Amino acid sequence: MSHLTDLPPWAAIAVCGLMLLGAAITLVGSLGLLRLPSFYERLHAPTMATSGGTIVICLASMLCFAVLQSRWIVHELLIIFFVTVTTPVTLMLLGQAALYRDRFEDRKDVPRKPRPAPDEGAL
Amino acid sequence: MRTWFPYPLLSTGLFLMWLLLNQSVAPGSILLGIVVSTGLAWVALKLQPRRSHLGRWWRLPGFGLAVVADIARSNLAVALIILRARRRPSRAGFMTVDLDLEDENALALLACIVTATPGTACLEFDRRSKVLLLHVLDIENEELWRRTVKHYEAELKEIFQ
Repeated sequence: MSHLTDLPPWAAIAVCGLMLLGAAITLVGSLGLLRLPSFYERLHAPTMATSGGTIVICLASMLCFAVLQSRWIVHELLIIFFVTVTTPVTLMLLGQAALYRDRFEDRKDVPRKPRPAPDEGAL
Repeated sequence: MRTWFPYPLLSTGLFLMWLLLNQSVAPGSILLGIVVSTGLAWVALKLQPRRSHLGRWWRLPGFGLAVVADIARSNLAVALIILRARRRPSRAGFMTVDLDLEDENALALLACIVTATPGTACLEFDRRSKVLLLHVLDIENEELWRRTVKHYEAELKEIFQ
């Protein structure tokens, strides 16, 4: 990693700041998994890492290599796009599975399945 | 044209992705990119995805920026909630929003955006009554979340029409 010493100070400070910010966001997101009490609340914590954390760390990477190679680096945008588009799918599946089980077990704190409209369900 | 390029938008997207991954615009990678993107569009034909019409695609970048701004804001809000979880537990809860979107792909995009934003998660969409069930971390701002989802819905309706 010796070529990183070629980074001018202003860029190094910006890259470090962005990296630390991204790492902090990801850490708080993981902390949320520990601290939040219910399953549905814990669904929200990992999205901090996959949205905010990923965006900021990828920005740092773009900035670092753009300055080092003095050209535009944009393929990190693909990482941001794919991570933000694919994680929600997993989370939605997990959420629906939990909802299905809670309804099956007749838990009182989850909303019931909406009843079908009376004219259709009358038969 | 349609037989060769069944999904022009998908092909263009894959082609751009190929060039980005290769980081070159050399004739070789352009040629290979065209072959790969057309081939994969034919594969997608077998999956029979729903077609949507992107009416006002030029509004997409602005919409994307607005979403990123919202993500940044809710990251901060959720970080505060998590850090204060011991002292002042937040009130989380379920809420429902009535939607008026017809397009399948627009609905999928809306669900992804809502779930990717920390603090709100999309749980269920009832096709018949068109009600979206959300779980939000901070139910005290229920009206704000409803307005945000409604705003996204209006934007997506403008784009997919």
